[in-house]
Amino acid sequence: MELTVGPNQFFWDAASWRDFYARLADEAPVGRVVLGELVCSKRLPFYQAEIPGAVERLQAAGKAVAMTSLALVTLKRERGLTAELAATGLEVEVNDLTALAHLPEGAAFSVGPLVNVYNEGTLGWLASRGARRICLPPELPPGPLGVLAGASPMPVEVWGWGRLPLAISARCYHARLHERAKDSCQFVCDRDPDGRAVDTLDGQKFLAVNGVQTLSAACASAAHALPGLRAAGVAALRLSPQAEGFVEVCRLFRDLADGRIDAAELDARARPLAPGGAFCDGFLTGAAGVAWSGA
Amino acid sequence: MMELVCPAGTPAALRAAVEAGAHAVYCGFADETNARNFPGLNFSRAELAEGAAFAHRQGAKVLVAINTFPQAGRQALWHRAVADAAAAGADAVILADLGLVAHAAEAHPGLRRHLSVQAAAANPDVINFYAETFGVRRVVLPRVLSVAEIAAINREIDAESEVFVFGGLCVMAEGRCALSSYATGLSPNMNGVCSPPSHVVYAEEGAALAARLGGFTIQRSAKGAPAPYPTLCKGCFTSAGTTGHVFEDPASLDASELIPALAGAGVTALKIEGRQRSRAYVKEVVKSFRAAVEAVATGRPVPAGQLARLSEGQAATTGAYAKTWR
Repeated sequence: MELTVGPNQFFWDAASWRDFYARLADEAPVGRVVLGELVCSKRLPFYQAEIPGAVERLQAAGKAVAMTSLALVTLKRERGLTAELAATGLEVEVNDLTALAHLPEGAAFSVGPLVNVYNEGTLGWLASRGARRICLPPELPPGPLGVLAGASPMPVEVWGWGRLPLAISARCYHARLHERAKDSCQFVCDRDPDGRAVDTLDGQKFLAVNGVQTLSAACASAAHALPGLRAAGVAALRLSPQAEGFVEVCRLFRDLADGRIDAAELDARARPLAPGGAFCDGFLTGAAGVAWSGA
Repeated sequence: MMELVCPAGTPAALRAAVEAGAHAVYCGFADETNARNFPGLNFSRAELAEGAAFAHRQGAKVLVAINTFPQAGRQALWHRAVADAAAAGADAVILADLGLVAHAAEAHPGLRRHLSVQAAAANPDVINFYAETFGVRRVVLPRVLSVAEIAAINREIDAESEVFVFGGLCVMAEGRCALSSYATGLSPNMNGVCSPPSHVVYAEEGAALAARLGGFTIQRSAKGAPAPYPTLCKGCFTSAGTTGHVFEDPASLDASELIPALAGAGVTALKIEGRQRSRAYVKEVVKSFRAAVEAVATGRPVPAGQLARLSEGQAATTGAYAKTWR
């Protein structure tokens, strides 16, 4: 089972961003890293200058590197950024089909979890268009997931760790919570490096907001689903970055995949590292996404 | 005149909409191939054929929404829906899934293809990609765009655009939202439902009425006070000591006053949400909007204020079209 690190979903300052990818390159037992801005184009200028160095360091460490597209492309500037991705020479992870419109016919690309690939028809079309790898949408239930993993001509990834990306909007919830307009947000989402908790009226931990994105409060973990995913032919787990303890999370999943520890041990050791302090894996068992099979 | 595209959850609503002045109606089959897969709604094959014949006699079009994402291993159900829509005389199918659009283009090249709002095509590049690759003729634009953004898109695309003007309002990019399945296991993309009634529980708590979705308390109102349906993104939450509608206030869309601006922005068709609504509601809304588009077509002002009482949760908003939060 391979491990892929997905694009960081949150807004970190340039120094934190640089340190994160430096440690990833030097210490994390993962084969593949997707980086770049997924959530909000306004964040990119703050750390854009760090990207070439990070790419170089990751590649020098033997890791495959891809650049993500934005998850929602509406503004002219965002269309320009998306078009430029195709020219970086790196593999593009398409997380909005807009990126596909800019990729020359025949160019290799990968498909990220925010593209709606629910069936063989869509998967097959993307493969014929040049897709070399795909991370399936997190909400896909186990039955369809098995069908797609079995039918896919390319390696299939599944969401393995991290707060689940549940929704994307044109509206910024961080700005709304701080009573600011989106255009004068003053980048307030940087105060919540793993997202800002949104609880129910009865204090149940439920969701987290991250600028224009809404995430699960619980941290998804595919640890218990791993045997089933392996049997279905899934090639890789995707681990989603978090501000603290991420290299340790990568090591734990490497140990789990290699049989050095079991899922219960991963739970016990990873729980203190999990954003929100709770796990979920319901999408992987066919339940509501918030459900947790390891309880 | 701008084309008025109206909801038909049932054959009776289809007739009501056409008689009230709809230029086109949209409807779906009674299964998970459409995004309003609610009990008691939607059309059998025979009902669709009859409905299409009726609409055509009155000079109206029928658009069939097959706008959920086909489930792996069961794609045949969606493929059959496209074929049956064509056989029933549909004027177009409204599709969201990339693979299904590709299938329809190949298997039914003569059947007009519209791109559903569920495809979340929010800029000219991706819209032109669908138009050029699959011959998509019309795109239903996401409800995240302002009028100025819509005008800019229309200047660059090689397809017609259709926008929502009335009814329920998604806060998130449509077709990109798994909030409902996170809480309940059922989602718009896979099951054609959002925050489904099967997972809603109301509990009396002294003088209050709490609404829980999938066990999560997302609304609490005084007993007897109006309690809007607990749709997840319009629920009440707490974040760092602040309690309120974190995502959106529970208002519904009414962009009737923006019809002249939308016409100026090059929009071809105006869409009314609400296939789950009653025949009487459909009739009233369609009549009002038909009067409005006729007024705009002849340079008269939009007749004001008739629709307020039909808006969900009493409050109405012009949504993203006139962004105040940008």
